[in-house]
Amino acid sequence: MNAGKQIGLKEGPATRDAFGKSLTEIGRQNSNLVVVDGDVSNSTRTEEFAKEFPERFFNVGIAESNLVGVASGLATAGKDVLAASFAAFLLCNAYDQIRMSVAFPQANVKLVGSHSGISIGEDGPSQMAIEDIALATSFPNFTVLVPADATSTQAATRAMLEQKGPFYLRTGRPKVPLIYEEGFDFQIGKANKLREGSDLTIIACGLMVAAALEAASDLEQKGINARVLDMHTIKPLDMESIELAARDTGAIVTAEEHLLAGGLGAGVARVIAETYPVPMAFVGIQDRYAESGKPQELLEKYGLTAGHIRLAAEQVIRQKQG
Amino acid sequence: MERQFMNAHKTTKPRSIDELQTISWRLSRQIIEITTKAGSGHPSSSLSAIDILVALYFGGIMTYDSSQPAWPDRDRFILSKGHGAPGLYVTLAEASFFDPKLLPTFRKLGSPLEGHPNMRVLPGVEASTGSLGQGLSIGLGHALAARVDGRNYRVYVMIGDGEADEGQIWEASMAAAKYKVNNLTALLDHNKFQQTGPVSQVMPSLFPVADKWRAFGWFVEEINGHNMEEVVATLKKVQNIKDQPQMIICHTLKGKGLSPFEKDDVNRKHGVPLTEEEAKIAFAELDKQYGRSGGD
Repeated sequence: MNAGKQIGLKEGPATRDAFGKSLTEIGRQNSNLVVVDGDVSNSTRTEEFAKEFPERFFNVGIAESNLVGVASGLATAGKDVLAASFAAFLLCNAYDQIRMSVAFPQANVKLVGSHSGISIGEDGPSQMAIEDIALATSFPNFTVLVPADATSTQAATRAMLEQKGPFYLRTGRPKVPLIYEEGFDFQIGKANKLREGSDLTIIACGLMVAAALEAASDLEQKGINARVLDMHTIKPLDMESIELAARDTGAIVTAEEHLLAGGLGAGVARVIAETYPVPMAFVGIQDRYAESGKPQELLEKYGLTAGHIRLAAEQVIRQKQG
Repeated sequence: MERQFMNAHKTTKPRSIDELQTISWRLSRQIIEITTKAGSGHPSSSLSAIDILVALYFGGIMTYDSSQPAWPDRDRFILSKGHGAPGLYVTLAEASFFDPKLLPTFRKLGSPLEGHPNMRVLPGVEASTGSLGQGLSIGLGHALAARVDGRNYRVYVMIGDGEADEGQIWEASMAAAKYKVNNLTALLDHNKFQQTGPVSQVMPSLFPVADKWRAFGWFVEEINGHNMEEVVATLKKVQNIKDQPQMIICHTLKGKGLSPFEKDDVNRKHGVPLTEEEAKIAFAELDKQYGRSGGD
């Protein structure tokens, strides 16, 4: 991904790779951890865990509904359970199983959806989860994590598996810039302030965090100081940081690799409306499906670049100035 | 591995066939009582299943301790056809998982006896069900957990014949056979009717049902689900099956052949409680069917 290169961010591993590495490490420490797969372990990166712990790994075939149900049963019987597939198939195919067998009974199941967003590229819209955040956040009792880079994905994986209850972790296919260094402070439900600013706040998640940092750098050239928040936890949202951003900076832009309906922006807008209304703009996928193409081409065509964030920022600054 | 029978409840001791009949008769009456009182619920779908539930919980089949519902070594029963909740509730009350005085609160605001089973609020309920098709997968998860943890418990899952329309049932069926979970027994409450009509019309291609399960790799038995002796004997027999999950196809009557349910011949009064008048007729017929009388 191009985002972040011009501000000196180094390319790191894909978040799915970081997740897979952490999972295996955690598996060595936690013998109660089991993994359920829908025959995509080489894509989701649960493969390494499967090789090392075959007796704790279940490939139930290409059957997401059953995958989620089996995960629920294992969890109810006392196991720490992680169930992984493509985000689109897991959330969309097994939505009711997640509702009924995981969310409602508050089963200790960690769902991991890989291949999120349009940045998967050439495989096209059938494989692209652009609704998954809306679906996952719709469940009562759920925690939803969308980490921005490899380091924070590992932190999120560890933090999630230390907790009981239902989680959804969203990972991506492409390599993304490294934003964090090992040992940084990751707390579920607490946004990370990556840049201070007084003119507006850009609230982003996933690979849009690097784009937000790049946009903030561009805006600085024009004398606009943007605060940047990495909102890695979409549910529960860090309401305190959002309200503070509105009060301190008076304008908000959200950025996400997801449909605008039901995503990060929609959640932030509700918090803003309920606490301290200020002008807002939303960067995300408009009400449409994408297409096949190179990841970078798709991000540009569908409006998910630093440039798009900068334009949105300039718009809210104008609104703010009335 | 031998299970530690810590304070195992007395109901884990087998009852005679005659005693099981008495329990079944009493619980059948209770199913009608609580649904008629609630003015809603699924009595006919509960009555078709009740003899099987009685055999499981009181016929020396399942080992459990109702004073410790979370005992890790307990056998599990999952009612995948969650609308049969009244049958499950009267059984769990009989097994002392909760006070039978709660039964009349069925479907009332604030009661743990919700319209469909909610494991978060009622002891003894092993899975929250009601969205059809999901219980067999959950049961498979429990069965696999027993293997991972080196425990000896068995898992029983009851599914409906209408419920077998759901694709997830067959996903779970394939996966269970793959993992050769011989500690998983499925019970098909084959009462022949679903919500809008006979299974033979709504989904004729469910048949031949026994052949399908055999083709999916299961050990299959076909029995009369109202013949207590046969139900108990078959449940004991399948405990010895190696390397295969087992399906017991239980031929049952939706509404247990009671005339108030037979009147509505489209679906055997699916999801419709009996009126007070109809309940009286049903009670009399139950007394005659079981050769018992005197109510509770």
